[in-house]
Amino acid sequence: MSVDQATVRRIAHLARIAVRDEEVPHLQEELNAILSFVEELSAVDVSGVEPMTSVIPMSLPLRKDEVSGHAGADVVTRNAPGAEDHFFTVPKVVE
Amino acid sequence: MTTAAKPSKLIKGATGDWEIVVGMEIHAQITSHSKLFSSASTSFGGDPNSHVTLVDAAMPGMLPVINEECVKQAIRTGLGLKAKINHRSVFDRKNYFYPDLPQGYQISQFKDPIVGEGEVIVDVSASEQIIVGVERLHLEQDAGKSLHDQSPTESFVDLNRSGVALMEIVSRPDIRSAEEARAYVTKLRTILRYLGTCDGNMEEGSLRADVNVSVRRPGEPLGTRCEIKNVNSIRFIGQAVDVEARRQIAIIEDGGKIDQETRLFDPGKGETRSMRSKEEAHDYRYFPDPDLLPLEFDQAYVDELAKGLPELPDDKRARFIAEYGLPPYDAGVLVMERESADYFEAVARGRDAKMAANWVINELFGRLNKEGKTIATSPVSAQQLGTIVDLISAGTISGKLAKDLFEIVWSEGGDPNVIVEERGMKQVTDTGAIEKAVDEIIAANPEKVEQAKAKPTMLGWFVGQVMKQTGGKANPEAVNTLLKQKLGI
Repeated sequence: MSVDQATVRRIAHLARIAVRDEEVPHLQEELNAILSFVEELSAVDVSGVEPMTSVIPMSLPLRKDEVSGHAGADVVTRNAPGAEDHFFTVPKVVE
Repeated sequence: MTTAAKPSKLIKGATGDWEIVVGMEIHAQITSHSKLFSSASTSFGGDPNSHVTLVDAAMPGMLPVINEECVKQAIRTGLGLKAKINHRSVFDRKNYFYPDLPQGYQISQFKDPIVGEGEVIVDVSASEQIIVGVERLHLEQDAGKSLHDQSPTESFVDLNRSGVALMEIVSRPDIRSAEEARAYVTKLRTILRYLGTCDGNMEEGSLRADVNVSVRRPGEPLGTRCEIKNVNSIRFIGQAVDVEARRQIAIIEDGGKIDQETRLFDPGKGETRSMRSKEEAHDYRYFPDPDLLPLEFDQAYVDELAKGLPELPDDKRARFIAEYGLPPYDAGVLVMERESADYFEAVARGRDAKMAANWVINELFGRLNKEGKTIATSPVSAQQLGTIVDLISAGTISGKLAKDLFEIVWSEGGDPNVIVEERGMKQVTDTGAIEKAVDEIIAANPEKVEQAKAKPTMLGWFVGQVMKQTGGKANPEAVNTLLKQKLGI
């Protein structure tokens, strides 16, 4: 399995990563190197093997339905690039 | 899908009949105190970003921990939809970027949802029931809210809803008209409210629908569908289906084809519009969330929850028909809301159930609707209405005076027994008193007596006069009998 340059651009766009044209060939090479490395795993027959979800046998911890831990609007918005009246503000997104 | 199209559901186009096919995704906010993966409050209408923990704000290093009550609510809902409960389900990340989604992904369930196939019995009209299949129900997080009208250049984001637990309930494309679509959502809402798993409040956004609409010639395979996002009232759901079906039919009949896309319903203009901006982002790259193990429980856990379920609307309706002898339609009206059904039963217990149903449906519901009240805020309690029914059954008051009595209890309150006593509303069944009134009327109107002998329908005039003289309190049956005797008709 390998990716072409269009796929590299598409993946970058989906991840909202700005990629300059001259970076694309290099990224393509890196991604293909990773893919061929991972491809070795497909030599192993895993039919009938349950996917492992945890390295130790444990189940999903459940929480009680109780309210706590509100950070406060000041804290929540403190590091935001833009905030007003306790709202986050972002460049206008209109559908 | 293989069932033949029902002729009554088809709509006419310029070139022949068309069948509408609708499937729905309902997003129902789970009733819980705290969010699905964080302990922030779920209550509606807090100050902006006040119900937000560092988990909901997606601060680095924060980890989700699932709320057990939300799991239980999803299982209860699955049981209420007679659906398969999956003892093992998996949480996945649905990846997309939007300012009201700080994680950059929504935690949802993709391949392995908590609830599988079920069904909803839908009452379309007094004489028609259909079954709408449920494909699945899964747990997922709600997003935050964006406000676009606060500033000309910026959108404002409030994360209070971010992370609130939703159940997405996906129906099969079993719906064939706007009417059926409305009835399906109405019934689903009733079931959720009975179960107590979602409050069904559409104004506050606790219940939203994505409506998938396509059209086809009867008997043909499914057409290309369009998804109308976030329709937030039952009336609008019906309108959106009709408007969208008409739009698609017009395009196809003009020789065009339907593009599969997401659209928005504009109730003001009565049209649907394309939401092109979101289209290219339709690659969600789902994968299992590495922060969450699979959700697993055993059948005993499910059985325990099943034991705690209330009587559901279909069962209650069947019982009302069997136990109280109500017509199916009346029973259906009474079980729409659990509170109404409880109210009716409190009135009907030990009394004439049909009379109780009449009073609850016609007088009480009619009045509540007119005044914009609900059963919970009804000024007349079940006990008071029961007493009124008792007074009618015992012949203490006439049906006409009972309505006056209802009015007094509605606006002034009080014990109906005492009101009847104090205001002298008791029906006069004492034949002596009625006879006296009858004799007086006959004596005072000799010419009418002559007319009545020739024309027996004149009796009504005499009944009216006697009722007037007795202030409406005379037992109408006794008045009739006595008048007929004395007038010899």
